[in-house]
Amino acid sequence: MSTVQDVSAAPAVAAVPKKAMALGPLASLIILALLIVTPLFVKNFIIFQMTMWLIYAIAVLALNILTGASGQFSLGQSAFYALGAYTSAILMEHVGVNYALTLPVAGLVCFIAGFLFGLPALRLSGIYLALATFALAVAMPQLLKLGVFEHWTGGVQGLVVTKPDAPEIFASMGLKVSQDMWLYFFTLAVTIVIYLLSVNLLKSRSGRAMMAIRDNEIAASAMGVDVSLYKTLAFGVSAGITGVAGGLGAIAVQFVAPDGYTIQLAIALFLGMVVGGVGWLPGSLAGAAFIVFVPNIAEHISKGLSGAVFGVILIIIIFLLPNGARQLAYGAQSLIGKLRKH
Amino acid sequence: MELFTNQVLAGIATGAIYACMALAVVMIYQAIDHLNFAQGEMAMFSTFVAWQMMQWGMPYWGAFALTLIFSFVGGIVIERALFKPLAKAPVLTHVAGFIALFAIINSVAGLTWDFTIKQFPSPFGSSPFLGSQLISTHQAGMIGVTLVLLVLLFIFFRYTRVGLAMRAAATLPESARLVGINTSWMIALGWGMAAAIGSIAGMLIAPVVFLEPNMMGGVLIYGFAAAVVGGLSSPLGAVIGGFLVGVFENLVGTYIPGVGNELKLPIALALIITVLVVKPNGLFGRTIVKRV
Amino acid sequence: MTALLHVKDLRAYYGQVQALHGLEFDLQEGSLTTLLGANGAGKTTTLRSICNMIRSTGSIEFEGKKLDNKSTESIVRLGIAHVPQGRGTFTTMTVEENLQLGAISRKDIKAIGDDIERMYAHFPVLKQRHTQQAGTLSGGEQQMLAVARALMLRPRLMLLDEPSFGLAPLIVRDLFKILGKINREDKVSILVVEQNAQLALELADKAYVIETGRIVMSGTADEIANNEDVRKSYLGY
Repeated sequence: MSTVQDVSAAPAVAAVPKKAMALGPLASLIILALLIVTPLFVKNFIIFQMTMWLIYAIAVLALNILTGASGQFSLGQSAFYALGAYTSAILMEHVGVNYALTLPVAGLVCFIAGFLFGLPALRLSGIYLALATFALAVAMPQLLKLGVFEHWTGGVQGLVVTKPDAPEIFASMGLKVSQDMWLYFFTLAVTIVIYLLSVNLLKSRSGRAMMAIRDNEIAASAMGVDVSLYKTLAFGVSAGITGVAGGLGAIAVQFVAPDGYTIQLAIALFLGMVVGGVGWLPGSLAGAAFIVFVPNIAEHISKGLSGAVFGVILIIIIFLLPNGARQLAYGAQSLIGKLRKH
Repeated sequence: MELFTNQVLAGIATGAIYACMALAVVMIYQAIDHLNFAQGEMAMFSTFVAWQMMQWGMPYWGAFALTLIFSFVGGIVIERALFKPLAKAPVLTHVAGFIALFAIINSVAGLTWDFTIKQFPSPFGSSPFLGSQLISTHQAGMIGVTLVLLVLLFIFFRYTRVGLAMRAAATLPESARLVGINTSWMIALGWGMAAAIGSIAGMLIAPVVFLEPNMMGGVLIYGFAAAVVGGLSSPLGAVIGGFLVGVFENLVGTYIPGVGNELKLPIALALIITVLVVKPNGLFGRTIVKRV
Repeated sequence: MTALLHVKDLRAYYGQVQALHGLEFDLQEGSLTTLLGANGAGKTTTLRSICNMIRSTGSIEFEGKKLDNKSTESIVRLGIAHVPQGRGTFTTMTVEENLQLGAISRKDIKAIGDDIERMYAHFPVLKQRHTQQAGTLSGGEQQMLAVARALMLRPRLMLLDEPSFGLAPLIVRDLFKILGKINREDKVSILVVEQNAQLALELADKAYVIETGRIVMSGTADEIANNEDVRKSYLGY
C-alpha cells in the first residue's frame, strides 16, 4: 500500500493499443509512394513546404513518443528543437562540419539535454510537468539571446546556414537535382528511418515498459519496471528526435534565430499531436500537415482574423474527430472490414 | 536591508495582480478539474467590453457591473457551446479546445479594438498610498479587492449549498449525480463564475499594464504558477501564491545580475518549479491519499 | 396494487457487450428485496440501469413514472437513492459534508438539520467523526456513511450494491440490522444486491436470483433460502 499524491483523477492520456502504433502495410505503401513521387511534379517552393511538413512530422512523432507512449505531458519541445537547430547551425558555420553529420550530433546533444531535464521532472506530473516544460520553452529564446553566447549563436540576429547542394554523383549522371529536391529526399530518408526505429522501440520491451507506466505508474513499478529510468529515457529519446528535426529545420530554412523557436512552436507541435491522434505515430504526418498548412489557409481566408479562423478550423476538427486523425483511420478500417464481409 | 524590504513590498503590490488572476484560475479548476488556458484572453475581452461601454459614456461602476454580468453569461455560453460537446473527449483534446478559444478571442479583440495601447481608469486613483512611494492607492485597492473576493469565495465554497454541490461535482461527478446534483450545470456555473472573477482581474490589471489584446500573456502564466504554488484546491493558497510570485519576480530582477526583463519570467518559473519539486501539491494543496 | 418499481424486458449494454438479457421484476412498496447472483451475473448492471448510468433498452417505471429517458440525477430526485459499489464517498470532504450532500437536492432546508441528527442517532460513530475527512474512515464506517448519505435524500427506494463487500461479518450483521430497522420504521423500500447470500436472505423478505443477465428464480426469502439449487450454488451446503 502506498500513498500517492495525485492532482488529476484519471490518466490524462488514453491507452492506445500496441497494434495501433503503426499503419497497415497497404496504407503505408500508398503513402510512401505518394511521398516519393509527388516532388517530381511540383515547383521548388512546394517541395520546400513538403520538406518542412516532414520535419514537423518528425517533431510531432517525438512528442507522440513522450506523451502518447510514456504519458508525460510536454509543452517544451520547442526548446529541444531550437537546441538541435543551433547545434547544427553552429557546427556547420563555425566548425565546418558536413550538414549530414551534424544531425546525429544534434540528436545526441538533445538526447542528453532531454535526459537531464527528465531527471528533476520525475517528481512532476500532469499540470505541474506542463508548467515546467512551458518554462523551458519560454526560457529558450531568451537564453539564445544572451550576450555571453553571442559569439557562437549570433545573438538576436542568429546565424545564416548554408544550404547544401545535391551530391556530385547526380550531376555526374547528368541529372539536375535542385537543392530543395535533394534536401527533401534526404529528409524523407531520415523520416523513414526515425519512423521505423520508433515503431520498433514501441514494440520492444522498453516501449511496453513506457506504456505500462503511462497506463498505471504504480502497477508498473510494482511489476518491476524501473519507472525513473524509462521516464527519463522517454524524455531523452523524444528530445533527441526533436533535435534531429530541429537540425533539419535549420538546414531547410537556411537560418536560425531565437525568435523562431518560441512557445508558439511548442503549442503548434502539441496541436499537431492532438490533431493527428495522440500516441498514433502515423498521425504525426496528419498533425504536421495541420501545423504547416492550416495557418496559411486561415490567413488566406481572412488576413485580419487569421487567428480566429485558425481557431475555428481547429474546433471543427476536434468536434468531428475528438481523437484525431486516428479516429478517421479506424473508421476507414472498420468500414473496409465491413465491406470485406459482404 | 531597506532595498530588500522595498522590493518585497513592491512585489506584494504587483503580486496582487497575479493573486487576482490566480483566484479565477482556481475557481475554474474547482469546477472542471483542469486549467483554462484561455482565461486570460477572456478577462482581456471583458475588460475591453468595459472600456467600450465607458467610451460610450457609461460611468465606471455601471460598466463594471454590466461587464460582470456579461462575463458570467459569456462564460456559461462558451462552456455550453464549446466544451459540453467535448465532454467525452480526452483531456488533451480539451486543451486543444482552450488553445483554439485563445486564438479566436485574441484575434477578434485585435480586429475590433486594434493593438494600440489604451488607458483604463482605476476607481482607486493612482496617488501614493498612505504616503508610501511604493504602493499606490490603486495597488492597495487591488489587494483589498482580491482579499474581499477571497473571503467571498471561501464563504461560497464552505458555507453555501451550491458551493458544496460544485465541489462535489468537480471531485466525484458520478457520486454527485447519485445525490441528485446536475453536474453538467455545475460545470457551466463554474465557468460563469470564473469568467466573472477573471473580468474583475482584468479590470484591475489594465490600469497598470495598459489595455491591449496581448496584455494578459505574462499575467496568465504567473497566475497559473501562483495557483499551482498555492495548491490548486485552495483559494487562499492561490492568493498567497500570487503575492509570493510577485515578490520572487521582483527579487530576481533586483538581485540576480544580468537578468533583464526577458529572463525574469523563466527564472521566476524555474523557482516556482523548484517549490513544486519539493512540495508537489503546492504549499497549501491537500494530499489525497490514494489506495492502490 | 401497482408495484413501486416495475422493470420489464430490460436489456443493458457495456459498449457492444450485452450484460442483461430481458430482465423483469417488480418491487412492492415497503419490501426489502435482495438480488442474488455470482460475480458478473448482472447485479450491479441492474442497479446501474435503474439509475440510467449505462445504455439500456426496456421499460423501468417508478411509482408509475417512466425512467427511460431521464438523467441519473433526475431519477435520484424522484426518490431513489443508490449506494454504489465502492460506496462513492466524497473522501476529501468531511463526514458532515457528505451527509449534507445527501440532502443537496431537497427543498425543505429546515428539516435537513434534524435529519442529520437522526443519522447520528442511527450511526453514533459518524457523530464522533463528523468533522473528519471521510477518506480517513474505516471500511465499515464508510459504508455506514454511504447508507446515511443515501437516507438523507428521504428516498422511497434505496438501492444498495454489495454493502457487505470487504467488511468483517460482525460489522455486516450490524449494518444489516440497521437496514432492517430503516425498512420497517422509516418505511424505505430497499433493494440489496449481494454476493453474500446467507446474510442477505436473513435480512430480506423477498429474493430474486440472477444468472447471466436473466432472473432465474424468484420468491420469498425463505423459499429461496430453502431451495436446493440455491443452497448448493450460493450457500455452500
